[in-house]
Amino acid sequence: MSEAKLDFLDRSRAFWNPGKTQDWQDMGIDLVIDRREGYYLYDMDGHRLIDLHLNGGTYNLGHRNPELVQALKAGSERFDMGNHHFPALARTALAEALAACAPSPDMRYTAYGSGGGEAIDIALKTARHATQKRKIVSIIKAYHGHTGLAVKTGDDRFSKLFLSEDTEGEFAQVPFNDLNAMEDALRGRDVAAVIMETIPATYGFPMPMEGYLPGVKQLCERYDALYIADEVQTGLMRCGEMWGCTKYGIEPDIMVTGKGIGGGIYPIACVLISERCGGWLKEDGFGHISTGGGAELGCIVAMKVLEMVQRPEVRTMVKYVSDYMRAGLEQIMAAYPDFFAGIRQHGVVMGLEFNHEQGAKPVMKHLYDNGVWAIFSTLDPRVLQFKPGLLMTQADCEEVLRRVEIGVGLARDEVMGSSRHSYRKSA
Amino acid sequence: MIMEPQVRTLVDIADTPAALAGQADIVLERARWAAEVFRRFDHTLTMSIVDAVAKAAHETAGRYADWAVEETGFGVAAHKKIKNELTAHPLVDFYRDQDFVNPRVDEARKMVEIPRPAGVILALAPSTNPIATINYKILIGLMTRNAIVISPHPAARECSVDAAQLLSKAAQEAGAPDGVVQIIEHPTIPLVEEFMRSEKTSVTLATGGSAMVRSAYSSSNPAIGVGPGNAPAFVDDTADIDKAATRIIESKSFDNSALCTNESVLIALESIDKRLCQALRQNGAYICDADDVDRLRRYLFHERGFNVETIGRDAVWIAKECGIRVPENVKVLIAPITQIGVEEPLSREKLCPVLAYHVVRSRSQAISQARAVLRIAGAGHSAAIHTTDESAAMAFAGAVEAYRVVVNAPCTQGAAGFSTALAPTFTVGTGYFGRSSIGENIGPQHLVHWTRLAYNSSPDEAFGSYHGVSVNLAGPLPTAPADGVPGSTVPAVRASFNASSAESLADTSREELRKMIAEELRSILRN
Ligand SMILES: Cc1ncc(COP(=O)(O)O)c(C=O)c1O
Repeated sequence: MSEAKLDFLDRSRAFWNPGKTQDWQDMGIDLVIDRREGYYLYDMDGHRLIDLHLNGGTYNLGHRNPELVQALKAGSERFDMGNHHFPALARTALAEALAACAPSPDMRYTAYGSGGGEAIDIALKTARHATQKRKIVSIIKAYHGHTGLAVKTGDDRFSKLFLSEDTEGEFAQVPFNDLNAMEDALRGRDVAAVIMETIPATYGFPMPMEGYLPGVKQLCERYDALYIADEVQTGLMRCGEMWGCTKYGIEPDIMVTGKGIGGGIYPIACVLISERCGGWLKEDGFGHISTGGGAELGCIVAMKVLEMVQRPEVRTMVKYVSDYMRAGLEQIMAAYPDFFAGIRQHGVVMGLEFNHEQGAKPVMKHLYDNGVWAIFSTLDPRVLQFKPGLLMTQADCEEVLRRVEIGVGLARDEVMGSSRHSYRKSA
Repeated sequence: MIMEPQVRTLVDIADTPAALAGQADIVLERARWAAEVFRRFDHTLTMSIVDAVAKAAHETAGRYADWAVEETGFGVAAHKKIKNELTAHPLVDFYRDQDFVNPRVDEARKMVEIPRPAGVILALAPSTNPIATINYKILIGLMTRNAIVISPHPAARECSVDAAQLLSKAAQEAGAPDGVVQIIEHPTIPLVEEFMRSEKTSVTLATGGSAMVRSAYSSSNPAIGVGPGNAPAFVDDTADIDKAATRIIESKSFDNSALCTNESVLIALESIDKRLCQALRQNGAYICDADDVDRLRRYLFHERGFNVETIGRDAVWIAKECGIRVPENVKVLIAPITQIGVEEPLSREKLCPVLAYHVVRSRSQAISQARAVLRIAGAGHSAAIHTTDESAAMAFAGAVEAYRVVVNAPCTQGAAGFSTALAPTFTVGTGYFGRSSIGENIGPQHLVHWTRLAYNSSPDEAFGSYHGVSVNLAGPLPTAPADGVPGSTVPAVRASFNASSAESLADTSREELRKMIAEELRSILRN
């Protein structure tokens, strides 16, 4: 490690976040991202990494995608964040573009947040207003963000720390893929909404069983609850279609998109709201206010993102990337069957399962040493999140597989052989 | 009232370099993926795709011929149909016995040669032969397991886009990887230049205007470009004059000379001048007088160059436009000229049924005048001779700077390989004379290179036994599962491509195809 980096890390501990800065050092990941381009990240010491983390799809189209940078630059010749109180050209234009590709024909309105968590809060508030009920059901180990309401839907590790866990019994959590538990939670008809990540990301992408999501939707209908689809990680073609929920036959009442919608270049998140849930927008349109939410420059970028991901070429690319990665990973799995235990996959949303309760951490570390950046699942460290970009080139996919084969081999030796390191500490 | 959402562009960046590069990149990367999968295909599957595409091209030959004439205003629909048909099954059959997929084992030289497809071919198509060129480039690309991106000529954009999409669909239905054939739907010069310059383009196959061809060569990528034609055709005194006249008129009127292989300047020996003119007239030529020639010259050549309005127009139309009265059945206008060179515009290329006519005193003068014609334009392209004297043919062919000299045949069809044994082509290599990389008719062999395993030639080192040893031809990629989506959770069918069933399928369809081809050839010959 360079002197410059050591010095920088001290500053990071001193001024930014001592715990987080140190945890990465403890895990052997001394990454300080400097330059970035396409699907490559360059550490401040020059080490190149192929990015398979993409911040959950934020960099779907690559880092600093030239078309998005151009859209932002050109947009700034005319727009800025805009005034959030007034009808605004870019905000309405993006809302129309979203309505035109929404997963359900009666989704009309878009409300804006500046990030995913805020949008989730808007979605939950919208559901509460529409149903005049308070209770929210989510999945155990779901992850919807860390804002006021969103954090209560997730793992209590993040809410208790801040004394922000639910104390009123308004937030219930049920196990994933368990329709009986879901029905039990809804039976009382006191639930405003079920919020579902189409595929729970931070939980390591466990895949919905056949019929599970449609079953949840049916239960919602039966017990007068709304279905909120969190498409923050599964939308924007990552499952091979515009929205992952569509692949499972779901027409949600409310949908949230974030991360990738801002192209990694201007933060924005959107809540798509069906006509029947949008009552507050008429009753009191000033009901939710956010200065940064739906900033017009973000809208300009997001419109370009929507245009780009809907190009017919993208659909083919996603299929090639997912088929090719799958074929290559299966070969690697066959080489290390005692360690590399499974692949969860829907399109370019992938989770690699390892046969050890913290198995994804040494894999992450060895991939890092071998030029690939993929992160373990915070809420299930057996699983490595493996998230190739929509536009990955064949050459880069081949590079990734070559490096993964080496990294998995080394991790396996470390875990299954005489393990010297301990990865028990969680991030 | 319920309003429908509209998708609008508030900030338009479409013309910026970033947008152009982005557009090119995504099409080319899709092509690269397709090429990567395609190179795993075996010979049987490859040829069944090729045959399916040829069939689609054949079946739509007439429709696209009409459409091309209507859209561009060039050429003769019936002739375009023939060209479209020739670039379907007969083109494939010409190469059927050549294998661009399996390795070749050469025991004598102790070598194995493994075919390696180029990858992504950027294929420019001209307005004069839009569909035939598209058929031809797609098929030679598919025979060699390459992905093809077509850049259509803006003047023939609509028919080209439709045709390429149809062939793309046919390829995919026959099992080709998605994106193996694509077309740039809205080509502009800056966009096409972006495609030509991208690292993802393996080679540009440039047929069309000189500017585009030069641009392809300066793109920094490999290119196979061809120069313009301007074929001199020499009628020697030993020629069968009647046959020569028939062939020349047949050639010059074919698709109204929209092919670059058409005769441009007819050179005749003094001794047969009268007889030849007589015979030409009998075959449908109108011989212009000095005043007519003047009108033609002024009409066909502007200060900026050739009047593109006249490309592929028929002789009567052209005559009317410049005020020459001709009978309605005239097929070719013959314009006698006394000079060849910079001072005579009519000695330049004319993509219309106007044939310059120049009388010489001797064979040696014929040769020097023919060389002069090709100095003006058309270097490395085509020439023709009508003779029964081999030494005249050799002297002529050895002197003119053309890489194909057609003997006793219509030059239009002959040089493009349709009435000679030359390879059928719509890209006529103009070689070093014509500032091009290849001097023969372009074919699939130019789209594949070979990796050579070369053994130690010492007798001590034995050559290996390579029969039955193959490279990875695993076929299409299996589809990855979409977990939890009904019907897809089951681990995708991992069974590799079933070669034997495909073989028998291809066998039956091949038999049918042979019948169709024979039938089609008969009908072309009858016409
Ligand atoms: C599925 C999902 N929803 C919501 C969020 C919250 O988004 P943000 O971090 O932008 O607040 C995340 C972030 O990781 C997420 O993965």
